[in-house]
Amino acid sequence: MPIIAVENLTKRFGNITAVDSISFEVEKGTIFGFLGPNGAGKTTTINILCTLLSPTSGKASIDGYDCMKESSEVRREIGIVFQDNTLDKELTAYENLLFHSYLYNVPKNERKGRIDDALNFVGLYERKDDTVKKFSGGMKRRLEVARSIIHQPKILFLDEPTLGLDPQSRTNLWEFISELPKRHDVTIFMTTHYMEEAEICNKIAIIDKGKLIAQGSPDDLKKMVGGDVIYLQTKDNAWAIDEIKKNLNLDAEEKNGEIFISVSKGDACIPKLINTLADMVLSVRLQRPTLNDVFLKLTGKAIRPEAVSGGDELKESIRSYRRKFDRG
Amino acid sequence: MKSDLNAVYVIVAREFIKFVRERGRLISTLARPLLWLFLVGGGMSRMVSPDMGMPYMQFIFPGIIGMTILFSSIFSSISIIWDKEFGFMKEMLVAPVSRFSIVIGKALSGTVVSTLQALIILFLFPVIGLKLSIIQIFLILGISIILSFCLSSLGILIATFYESFESFSVIMNFIVMPMFFLSGAMYPVKLLPHVLSFLTKINPLTYGIDALKYMVFPEKKLLTHDFPLSLDIAVIIISSVIFVAIAAMVFERKK
Repeated sequence: MPIIAVENLTKRFGNITAVDSISFEVEKGTIFGFLGPNGAGKTTTINILCTLLSPTSGKASIDGYDCMKESSEVRREIGIVFQDNTLDKELTAYENLLFHSYLYNVPKNERKGRIDDALNFVGLYERKDDTVKKFSGGMKRRLEVARSIIHQPKILFLDEPTLGLDPQSRTNLWEFISELPKRHDVTIFMTTHYMEEAEICNKIAIIDKGKLIAQGSPDDLKKMVGGDVIYLQTKDNAWAIDEIKKNLNLDAEEKNGEIFISVSKGDACIPKLINTLADMVLSVRLQRPTLNDVFLKLTGKAIRPEAVSGGDELKESIRSYRRKFDRG
Repeated sequence: MKSDLNAVYVIVAREFIKFVRERGRLISTLARPLLWLFLVGGGMSRMVSPDMGMPYMQFIFPGIIGMTILFSSIFSSISIIWDKEFGFMKEMLVAPVSRFSIVIGKALSGTVVSTLQALIILFLFPVIGLKLSIIQIFLILGISIILSFCLSSLGILIATFYESFESFSVIMNFIVMPMFFLSGAMYPVKLLPHVLSFLTKINPLTYGIDALKYMVFPEKKLLTHDFPLSLDIAVIIISSVIFVAIAAMVFERKK
């Protein structure tokens, strides 16, 4: 049984259809990527799955529980890292996690152990008694990931977990995230703008304007835009093309002094090519389609991360405005 | 059920930690009643004739305690709006706890913080020449607790209707300030013209301050309480229940 099942899910806000009759399934223990441009309906779908919104029509269930009718069972099973930070900045890292463990009814004798483990896991143990407002963006995200696994959820939702982070923090965060299914036996449901990040997914669904337009493994999706291409330079191209056709039964052509060969699994093909042509080979280059190519083909536009919005800054200034008001 | 109680605990503990940690907030919220008591009250004392039974500064003392509770309860509760906007509320809403426990937790945290501040103001009584017995102090504390709960619940109810900080000054100018002026804090309710006196009668703070007046000045004088104490307490408790119930209902409703 799939751990997440969505059937003909539709959500309208007034006359805007944010999510338009989408269906998909996510298998237990996998990483599922939900990709799409801004405003495609990703966050709306997550909000329905985590019981914050009720759909206009259709079904959504998590581990067999209905997201609308059995919302408290669903909430117990899931952990979420939202797009916007939901930590309390005035509290320490430890307090944020401690309060979370209360909300999810973590047994008293396990609280400290689980919190320490989670903090160690994301490398923030040394900073546990600092208030969150002193943390950098990347540290806050890591802390949110740590918090989301305290209650040992079966499914973890990550909505744009790396949005607005610098490349180093992004890499750092993915190290933790990609380890989660192995270490904690969770299923991950994530959205991201960064196509290279989606490569770690077992399955991907692409959503555009509220509709699901493709789903499958990253490799399946890439096949939609054609397979790999191997570029080859040899001492004698005409001879080499002959040999390739004869021995490997592949179609090879010469172009600009290079031989190019379209194959489905380029990486597996290269050793065979080298075996066949031996020391006649001068250079080999493999070009694979990227998820970005897939995306471009399906939606007609390249997916781009939002220019890191002034949103956070704005919110900070609102905060200080509020403080002034409080005191006034 | 267990996690609902935990939720109440988390919300109260969070508010309390912040209250203790943010000294600036404590000082600033105490500044307002002190300014009113000593600058407005002190100045007006020279204008209002003392043959009304007591100096003006003493007359407004219960009102100033009520004011402390009003502002601190409403501020504590409408922090829900900031939590909605800045995310922490989402952490609460996706947790496996009932909406009702979030409302109760928030109301109780407002109660704790407001009562503490009211107590600090209360202990200024010797400075303005009042004499209070231990029993009076405990009775005032009791009224402060139920009044804080009532006004915190009202604050939550207000907060459920707003999504953004822009509403802040609207709430201040059109709800909180009028509630304060139309509560009998600064002048006796019975001296007001008919229209205004109607508004004071639908204001829960009026009954809270009336009850406080009853505790601070047990003997009936021209400037003391206007309603029977039992009515005061009944109004506070019944309106609290109504506010909490409506707020929980609004909270429960999904978009």
